[in-house]
Amino acid sequence: MDSFIQQLINGITLGGIYALIALGYTMVYGVIQLINFAHGEFFATGGYVGVICLSFFTGLGYMETHPIFCLTASFALAMMYCAYLAIGVEKIAYKPLRKESRLAALLSALGVSIFLSNGLMLTQGVYDKAYPSELFQNGFNVGIITISYLQILIVCLTAVLLVALNLLVFKTKIGMAMRATAQDKTMSALVAIGSNRIISLTFAIGAGLAAAAGIMVGLYYGSVRYDMGFLPGIKAFSAAVLGGIGNITGAMLGGLIIGMVEIFGAGYISGEYKDVFAFIILIGVLYFKPTGIMGENIDDTRV
Amino acid sequence: MSDNTTSNNPTEPILELKGVYSGYGSIKALRDVSLKVYPGEIVAIIGANGAGKSTTLMTICGIVPLEKGDIIYNGKSTKRIAPEKLPPLGLCQVPEGRRIFPRLTVEENLILGAFYRDDKPEIKKDIDHVYSLFPVLGERNRQKGGTLSGGEQQMLAIGRALMTKPKVLLLDEPSLGLAPLIIHQIFEIISDINKNQGTTILLVEQNANLALQAATRGYVLETGEITLEDKASSLLHNPEIRKAYLGE
Amino acid sequence: MIQEFKKIWKQYAITMLWLLGILWPLLGIHPDGTLSFRQTFTVWSYILAGTFICFIFYIINKSDNFKLLTEPIANTSQKLNNSLQSMPSWIWKSALLFGAVIYPIATGRYATDVAINVLLYVSLGLGLYVVVGLAGMLDLGHIAFYGVGAYTYAILNVKYGMGFWVCFPFAGLSACIAGCIVGYPTLKMRGDYLAIVTLGFGEIVRIILNNWMSLTNGPNGILGVKSIGILRPVMENGFTFEMFWVTKLELFYYFALGLAILTIIAVTRLGSSRIGRAWESIREDETAAELMGVNTFYYKLLAYAMGAIFAGFAGALFAARMRFVSPESFTFLESVMLLCMVVLGGMNSIPGIILGVIALIALPEVFRGLESYRMLVFGSTMVIMMLFRPSGLIAAKRKKMMETKQPEERG
Repeated sequence: MDSFIQQLINGITLGGIYALIALGYTMVYGVIQLINFAHGEFFATGGYVGVICLSFFTGLGYMETHPIFCLTASFALAMMYCAYLAIGVEKIAYKPLRKESRLAALLSALGVSIFLSNGLMLTQGVYDKAYPSELFQNGFNVGIITISYLQILIVCLTAVLLVALNLLVFKTKIGMAMRATAQDKTMSALVAIGSNRIISLTFAIGAGLAAAAGIMVGLYYGSVRYDMGFLPGIKAFSAAVLGGIGNITGAMLGGLIIGMVEIFGAGYISGEYKDVFAFIILIGVLYFKPTGIMGENIDDTRV
Repeated sequence: MSDNTTSNNPTEPILELKGVYSGYGSIKALRDVSLKVYPGEIVAIIGANGAGKSTTLMTICGIVPLEKGDIIYNGKSTKRIAPEKLPPLGLCQVPEGRRIFPRLTVEENLILGAFYRDDKPEIKKDIDHVYSLFPVLGERNRQKGGTLSGGEQQMLAIGRALMTKPKVLLLDEPSLGLAPLIIHQIFEIISDINKNQGTTILLVEQNANLALQAATRGYVLETGEITLEDKASSLLHNPEIRKAYLGE
Repeated sequence: MIQEFKKIWKQYAITMLWLLGILWPLLGIHPDGTLSFRQTFTVWSYILAGTFICFIFYIINKSDNFKLLTEPIANTSQKLNNSLQSMPSWIWKSALLFGAVIYPIATGRYATDVAINVLLYVSLGLGLYVVVGLAGMLDLGHIAFYGVGAYTYAILNVKYGMGFWVCFPFAGLSACIAGCIVGYPTLKMRGDYLAIVTLGFGEIVRIILNNWMSLTNGPNGILGVKSIGILRPVMENGFTFEMFWVTKLELFYYFALGLAILTIIAVTRLGSSRIGRAWESIREDETAAELMGVNTFYYKLLAYAMGAIFAGFAGALFAARMRFVSPESFTFLESVMLLCMVVLGGMNSIPGIILGVIALIALPEVFRGLESYRMLVFGSTMVIMMLFRPSGLIAAKRKKMMETKQPEERG
């Protein structure tokens, strides 16, 4: 039972991270119906910018004196950097293809993904890059359950980001405009909503969330790698599809489910096949509910 | 907003199409279309299916790219203005098939009509005004747009367009797929908007009888070209029009 | 020219400044708490110089300053095209075949090696073309079927000592079964839901290959797979048969060529048959196809099965040629490459796919000199190709063919 609760906590931590990444997929998909394969790379880039910033602060010696400030600044900088990167990527590689076949945009996204992960490899090296901070590594025990401060940080920060996003999308005018653009771009233009700005904003928000997830993963596992974007990327994408792609609440739910399945699968069934469980659950759910858990009937969109 | 009152001189058209050619790719939907809309008028464009009526409106709004000719709105060419910059200038369209945002509530749809405006109390007042025009929308303000009936959706679409404070309102087939009673109600409100708020209206309709009764002037569009232009009342009594469009 | 320049120099300048902003944090912030600009600027100025040359070429091209050069080329290609069209198709077909047959004799070992790769990928690509191009279902895990075919032969050969020709149909069969397994649950799904499920399936296959130590020997792969054996009549001591192992690359080339030609013929015939039309109707509008009486369930499953069979055959040949299989050959990146080949060459045209395969196999070979920059260049080439030719290299031609062909078919 104790180990069950322990797994549950680990599952929530991982699930929250997947949810953050999945949101970027689902939002971008919702607005321009593109599977943004480069999204996993935004996540990896976020992890790298995080380690660059934290190392820099450690080098300056601020890390010992103002740890909270350094961490906050690193998160903010990485999120801004990835937002900036994503906006540029969208303008260069996706925007000219908006009127072309969806397959062309998809391949362009795959190209960007390959380009970015190799760009990271060339600038940052082939080997793992360690996070400098030993912060938050210790934790406290409840019974035999260990909860590290880092896990608390991750869960709290994830919750804050998710709530903030929900408020933005469902309570503000700009969020309304985002949803409107997702539903009907021509009509949005007719009520003075500039779809280019909304699309840029969507990419920026998605990439920012992915960057936050990247730093969390870096802190959690202690290091980052240039190709770390791939597997979490496709799992988060699975999460987005599982929840019903285009649906924000669905992506959060899907992320949590995939995270839980992975942790419990690894804990109770087999560690080697932990990556398989996520996909099996995905296929199983889609078999019974082809549009995902919360997905509405999408139009018959084909390649 | 650029309230250029001098160009609102009644002798000057507020909206003018000069030899407009446009279309989708290689298909030319409009050929040499010229028309004028004067402030305070209701102008009707009538024509059969596929004559290019909706394309005319979409070209005015910049959604379908203009290939040749020019569109003058309020004394200025709209060629270089992005579609989403037109509603703030007072040019707004209610497109064919309503195009309500289906997963947004009625109120959210209306708020988005006022997307470019920053004056919160004014927006609130305008929403209340729309609710007074269409009481049924006020009753259903928390309901998703997609769950409304066809008539209610048309009301919402007109209400949403009113939220942009239009000087010229383009209406595309407001009667499409609606019950006669609802059509009557909607046309009454259109006349009301024209009279009480001084909004100029360009109306596109297949239902020629209805459109010409409401309008001051009319144009007949056939396969992408304007073939006739006259006062609405004379068009209504034109035997050819009666034969071709009024089923006599 | 000036006008063209005016139109896009601003975009170019903004892009370059954006790139500087992207590069600096990655190169200029150091863990010892120092900041530097020099390295960033050097890298950036190299990129600037490189892209500026491309930019100038682009502008010159746009403003038709290359007319002197391009016009004669266009003219001759037009003439060539016309004469080709007036020639009966069997002439150039047999010329191509002749070229393909003498290819290994005319070229060296390395070129033959690359050519075998191309031929295997032609079979694979055409299999994917059935799924994506004809039936319109996005498949991001097609390489899994290739893997299933390769492993089927490797396991049957190494563990049970079965020969290539016995295993060959089994490789196709097991890939076909795998195709049905992935096809069945996805039949209800549409569009992008399919993409993730096929992707997931591809990953599942790879992970299983990686972890099922007792069967697949895990990441180490299976060594010592036998090559193709053919029985050769021997006249000494009376009439007997002797096992002859195809070890020479040149001989192997002909097997790959045979498979490729077989696939081309099969897919062409399938495409123009009743089945092909059913697939195309599903691609264009599944609901309408269903209402017109097309059994979409059956035909979609059939598309997966057919695509998988060709991949399975190619996989068996791949295992026989490499004499070694490991999960590393069947990654997601390979699936992406494969999809690229199909789309890049111009989807919906078989010559286009062959061209795409040649381009994408040859391109990395050309870039081999760039070493670690290879994949970077590959990724950016993919984006640039899509930006300039979003519907593939020879897509326009196909439309023309369709237009002229259709009345014939009806009449």
